[in-house]
Amino acid sequence: MTAVTDRQKLQYIAAKAADARVNVELETEGMTLNIGPQHPATHGTLRIVARLDGEQVIEAEPIAGYMHRGYEKLAEVRTYPQITTLVNRIDWLGSFANEVPFILAAEQLMEVEAPPRAQWIRTLLFEMSRLGNLILFLGDMGVQLGAVTPAFYAFRDREFVLDQIERVTGGRFHPNFDRIGGLKDDLPKGWLADTKSVMNKVRDFCDEIEELLMGAEIFTARTRGIGVIPKDVAQQYGLSGANARASGIDWDVRRDNCVGLVYPELDWKVWTHPDGDSFARFWVRLQEVREATKMIDQITDGLPSGPIMAKVPRIIKVPAGEAYVATENPLGEMGYYIVSKGDLTPFRVKIRSASFNNVSITPWILRGVYVPDIITILASLYFILGDIDR
Amino acid sequence: MADDTTTDAPATDGPTDEVADEATEDVVRDEAREALLALFTDALGDAVVGSHILAGKDLWIRVSNEAWRTAADIARNRLGAKYFGFLSVIDWMPSPFGRSMDSEVDRRIAGDEPYSLPEGSFETGYAGGDTRFQVFARLAHINDPGATWGVTLKADLDDETPSVESWTSVFAGADWHEREAWEMYGVDFVGHPGLRHMYLPTGFEGNPLRKDFPLVARQVKPWPGIVDVEQMPSDEDEAAPSDAEGGES
Amino acid sequence: MSQSLMLGLELAYWQETTIRVLLGLVALLLLTGAVVYLYLFKFVSFMQSRLGPMEAGPHGSLQLLAEVGKWLQKEDITTDNADKFIFGIAPAVALASTFLMFVVIPAGPNAVVADLGTGIYFVLAMSSLSVIGILMAGWASANKYALLGALRAGGQLIAYELPLILSVVGVVIMAGSLNLQDIVAAQADGAIFGWTGIGNPFILTQIVGFTVFLIAVQAELTQTPFDMPIAESELVAGYQVEYSGIRFLVFFIAEFATAVAFAAIASTLFLGGWDLPASWGIGDGAMHVIGPINISIKAVLLVGVVFWARFSLPRFREDQLQQLAWKFLIPISLANIVLTGVMKVVF
Repeated sequence: MTAVTDRQKLQYIAAKAADARVNVELETEGMTLNIGPQHPATHGTLRIVARLDGEQVIEAEPIAGYMHRGYEKLAEVRTYPQITTLVNRIDWLGSFANEVPFILAAEQLMEVEAPPRAQWIRTLLFEMSRLGNLILFLGDMGVQLGAVTPAFYAFRDREFVLDQIERVTGGRFHPNFDRIGGLKDDLPKGWLADTKSVMNKVRDFCDEIEELLMGAEIFTARTRGIGVIPKDVAQQYGLSGANARASGIDWDVRRDNCVGLVYPELDWKVWTHPDGDSFARFWVRLQEVREATKMIDQITDGLPSGPIMAKVPRIIKVPAGEAYVATENPLGEMGYYIVSKGDLTPFRVKIRSASFNNVSITPWILRGVYVPDIITILASLYFILGDIDR
Repeated sequence: MADDTTTDAPATDGPTDEVADEATEDVVRDEAREALLALFTDALGDAVVGSHILAGKDLWIRVSNEAWRTAADIARNRLGAKYFGFLSVIDWMPSPFGRSMDSEVDRRIAGDEPYSLPEGSFETGYAGGDTRFQVFARLAHINDPGATWGVTLKADLDDETPSVESWTSVFAGADWHEREAWEMYGVDFVGHPGLRHMYLPTGFEGNPLRKDFPLVARQVKPWPGIVDVEQMPSDEDEAAPSDAEGGES
Repeated sequence: MSQSLMLGLELAYWQETTIRVLLGLVALLLLTGAVVYLYLFKFVSFMQSRLGPMEAGPHGSLQLLAEVGKWLQKEDITTDNADKFIFGIAPAVALASTFLMFVVIPAGPNAVVADLGTGIYFVLAMSSLSVIGILMAGWASANKYALLGALRAGGQLIAYELPLILSVVGVVIMAGSLNLQDIVAAQADGAIFGWTGIGNPFILTQIVGFTVFLIAVQAELTQTPFDMPIAESELVAGYQVEYSGIRFLVFFIAEFATAVAFAAIASTLFLGGWDLPASWGIGDGAMHVIGPINISIKAVLLVGVVFWARFSLPRFREDQLQQLAWKFLIPISLANIVLTGVMKVVF
């Protein structure tokens, strides 16, 4: 047989490669689509690799980690007040809420309890951070579905809440206000009266959103029956917060396992929905916003007087032990597992973030849906990248 | 520290009624958790090698390495802990790079004696443990409002090749958590459908959350807390009540 | 022909055509610009409780010039794998179809570029050409997103051609002619059960047709709630994703000019066009001036309705969109035709 020249070999390889390129680029069967990481739909840098068959998803996998900042490693070399600053930035929309479970876990280890006024104000700011987070969700759900206008109303009305938070803590987005044993400072003059009027505005906004979005039939057609998560699957994946309650699980950490906050003394209701679809998740969060405004009104009415800081040493050395405290954050159940060796810095901090579990369900849930429904389901699951990636 | 079962006794200050109430209250709480612990021990038998109850707060149970998945199975199917919280690993070795004001490296940077890695067994936490690595996970029973409970399970891992059975057949959500634990600590989860990187880029070498993996910032500059506090008013002043605005509405 | 131009000069056919074409282009571009400013910059901003562009000119009125200037000076990028020739002419095809639509729209007794006997038929045929432009753009971009968006657009536009056409048939039956000037005259000279107060704008009897027409127009323009091809296509611009600079400017102009064109057609068909009711007794001479203003106002108002819906509603999924067209709009417009025919014979 004749020897094949190098040139012929190269030509053969080039031809095969060209064929392969064409096949890969033209394949509409099992076409691989890459959504993200820069993408208006995802709340940050989440990348989803989807294999499509025409318009249907065969399988989809989210790839997180574009925003991994190494909080757990950093926490081993930072003091507790320094970690409070770091931890603000996990869920940056409701940032005060991130500090609370951490401080409560540290307080459990130190066996210190914040004075009542501090606990009440903590709960108040916790609920306000829930408002700041969920109001954005309500507007953003519209944007993901194409209705661009309600998002502007959401931003506008959220500004009032952020203004109030800023007046107390000094920061709109990163308050850094919680301290072991209480809070950094007390409320300014006239703040409580203004909060009441802001709550009225938020309630008006909820009514507006209900009319604009929930009332729109296109919205209902796009969200009802989309992305149904059964109860059992939700628990297996550790879905929490409104995602779990929308699947019919009657569980709220504020009611069932309340540590250090004053929810048992308030009169409020846990909202659930039996359907488990995207519409249910939207609806539950809308009701939660309304409920939060009612809770804030009760707190502003019943705020006790007193000190806002317990007696804790200047330099905080937390005694040895382990503690896990979880709270009902806006995104779901957020918890901190602190292992302390009696040092200035913790030995190990495990951050249990809600969005990590919430998003881990996407490979399971995105099988067989249409491409536009990917966006709907992700929007209704509602995650923050900082929460997934820590 | 095997077979370490402790319960914290309540503080006994104040009038007799309060003591009695506190004691009764705490005993009731303990009973609930003790009953839970008894259920686990009954179901798992020898596999439970340690436990710890913090009265009124939490329950830790340490199981043997081989029984890790069985424990999850029993917790979920027989005891009703269907809610998967999280799963991760603790590295009990003290950091050789120092982390606090008393740590060796920071003293060396400040100009003291040289540093050497401490030897001996590692001091572990609640419910005991003999090894450097421990896997721990949180499960909860949430289906009865008013009677919810949670438990932290732990298991020892081999020092050289830490590995344990995967939970994915019991809790599908453990998938991502085990991937993260694998990449951060190098723990192998037998039976996991596909261990690959969660957060780190594909070619990353090393396991970042292990204590002997340096935090680069600490190599470049000393621990910032070492010059912690500027001169502030004394401790008596900083806890003064500030209720000037209290009760304002 | 040569005396009909009101300048009173004797013009050759080619000179007259040139003037008409130029005036038509000017009218088109002016209207498009006005619509873009009014609705895209100001109307949507006020709806979203913000002000919109305020810097360029008083209240941002010169923003459009600034935008055009920005696009003109951008780098002309073509991807390596793109089919260069088709990539280049695809925007031109889309714009050409829009210009061709403008050819028959009358703005006055004599202000029409070409008064064709098959007026409305010609318009609908030309509007379908834009689909070709979109498919060319999507294919030639050598980009999966563009291809997906173009295919979706193709499916959507073809599906909504039918309601568009069928809703117009009712008007044609009422007017008895395809010619747009005749349709305008029929409305101006008509009477509602003998009362000639406002003529007989076909919107009154063809309200169903009007609604179907507007919905179909919304879909033809790929505006929300029918903007799957553009906005949703994995949230990049769909078939336009590889276009930048001048090429994108052409697509942009095509989109808004088509909106104006369709609105002008809708006003001609349903709202009486450039004419005023004959009973008002305004002579032909005045109508040469009032006519263009009249139809401009009507067209701009209808474009406002289109954009109002665009900025308020969420978008349909592709299959829901198709269901709406095939299972809902087409049967309704067919029923409308039958009913109109019957009514026309009876009354």
